[in-house]
Amino acid sequence: MSIDLVDVHKAFGDNKVLKGFTLSIRDGETTTIVGGSGSGKSVALKHIVGLLRPDRGEVWVDEHNIGRLDLESLYRLRRHVGYVFQFAALFDSMTIGENVSMGLRRMPDFPEEQIPDRVAECLALVDLSGYESRLPSELSGGQKKRAGLARAIATRPKYILYDEPTTGLDPVTTAVIDEMIVRMSEELDVTGVVISHDMKSAFRISDRVAMLYDGVIRIDGKPDEVRASDDPIVKGFIEGRPELMRATT
Amino acid sequence: MSAFFAYVESLGRGAIGSVSAVGRTGYLGLDAVRALRKVSLWGPHLLPQMARVGAESVPIALFIATFTGIVLALQASYTFTGAVPLYFVGTLVGKTMILELGPVLTGLALSGRVGANIAAEVGTMRVTEQIDALETLAYDPVAYLIVPRVLAGAIMFPLVVILADAMGILAGLGASMALLDLSAPQFMRGARLFFEPFDVQFSAIKSITFGVTVTAVGCSFGYHTRGGAEGVGRATTRAVVISSMIILVLDAFWAAVLLT
Repeated sequence: MSIDLVDVHKAFGDNKVLKGFTLSIRDGETTTIVGGSGSGKSVALKHIVGLLRPDRGEVWVDEHNIGRLDLESLYRLRRHVGYVFQFAALFDSMTIGENVSMGLRRMPDFPEEQIPDRVAECLALVDLSGYESRLPSELSGGQKKRAGLARAIATRPKYILYDEPTTGLDPVTTAVIDEMIVRMSEELDVTGVVISHDMKSAFRISDRVAMLYDGVIRIDGKPDEVRASDDPIVKGFIEGRPELMRATT
Repeated sequence: MSAFFAYVESLGRGAIGSVSAVGRTGYLGLDAVRALRKVSLWGPHLLPQMARVGAESVPIALFIATFTGIVLALQASYTFTGAVPLYFVGTLVGKTMILELGPVLTGLALSGRVGANIAAEVGTMRVTEQIDALETLAYDPVAYLIVPRVLAGAIMFPLVVILADAMGILAGLGASMALLDLSAPQFMRGARLFFEPFDVQFSAIKSITFGVTVTAVGCSFGYHTRGGAEGVGRATTRAVVISSMIILVLDAFWAAVLLT
């Protein structure tokens, strides 16, 4: 069981975003996909959960070809995948407790009477105990991201996809979110895919780091391997030195 | 010359945009029909939507109908003076309110109130990724968001319109008694003169199609919103304009089909 993206191509009009994106996500590991803004990281992530379908190529999740699944099968598969959105995407007319319980209500075998306990448990995991009756508008940016994480883990998914979980947060809150991503991996034994352009964060939380550049994966390896890369594009991105990247292109 | 080509190009782009909007709405409509069987998703939201679309629209519908009824009575009296017996004021107010002004004015008003509200709400959910979030949580967004709104429109619009029809006639009666030299029995005699029960059915049939139009167009423009707050504003405006235009076309269509 794993996630495999094989030669994925995706364009929006004339804008070719993915041009043969290939990446295998190994079970039990946290893989971070890094890359510049607008490089297509979020587009790649959305393919995993079927929010986008590839123009060409294949996306395999648990041996299911996402592009070929009918809608009902896709919904069934999504029960095993948690998605943490960049800006949390909490339902603003619902309380935090209702937000976290949404996924549970779509699980036919999950007893209704156990929902409050599971919600409290998930909120405790992200240090938001007692926030059940608050509205999203009453939370700070970091708290919203944590509430979004609680919603994603409520169904005990096998995979959690994080779309820029630390973007726009202060360094301390960033460290807290990073800590939670590591905790989710260790305590819940989930496979994580993180989208980020924060290299410090990526090296801190990842078992593997992949860099997306010009629509394809430029490098894929353990954090130390990526850090030691001689590729000027990779080096330039990690060290924040655009002149190295420009010299190559 | 280049200005001419730019103009032609913009016309072409507009035409392509319109055709693709119709196509998107058609696909969404098909998805909505398929989603009807997912009662567990839309069922719990139907009553709240009926309250929002219908009950909360009653005050504005009655307000419009009241003044329309008054104006109709006064204009009828002005037109009939000396030529037609005054009790025909009741005929004109009754017929016009039920057949035309009750449904159309209420439909147009609710396209602003209900259609804009739906387009803005669903559009905001789209641009803030709440619709994507629904999908990742295994909710069919069409069943969850669109079906209850469109059903609420189809159920509640005729009820609101019938209330508006009645209010308009009552207001016409009040104005006739207060401002014209017409008694209540005389007004009612005129109102009953050419009344057919089919008139109310006609009003209800039109209203159902107006309700579906306003809610479906609002949902479609909201669902396909792109581009942040500006996109939501654009979707809202277009939803109101397009649904108002469709209401007027449907008005003529039903008159041609059912009254000739």
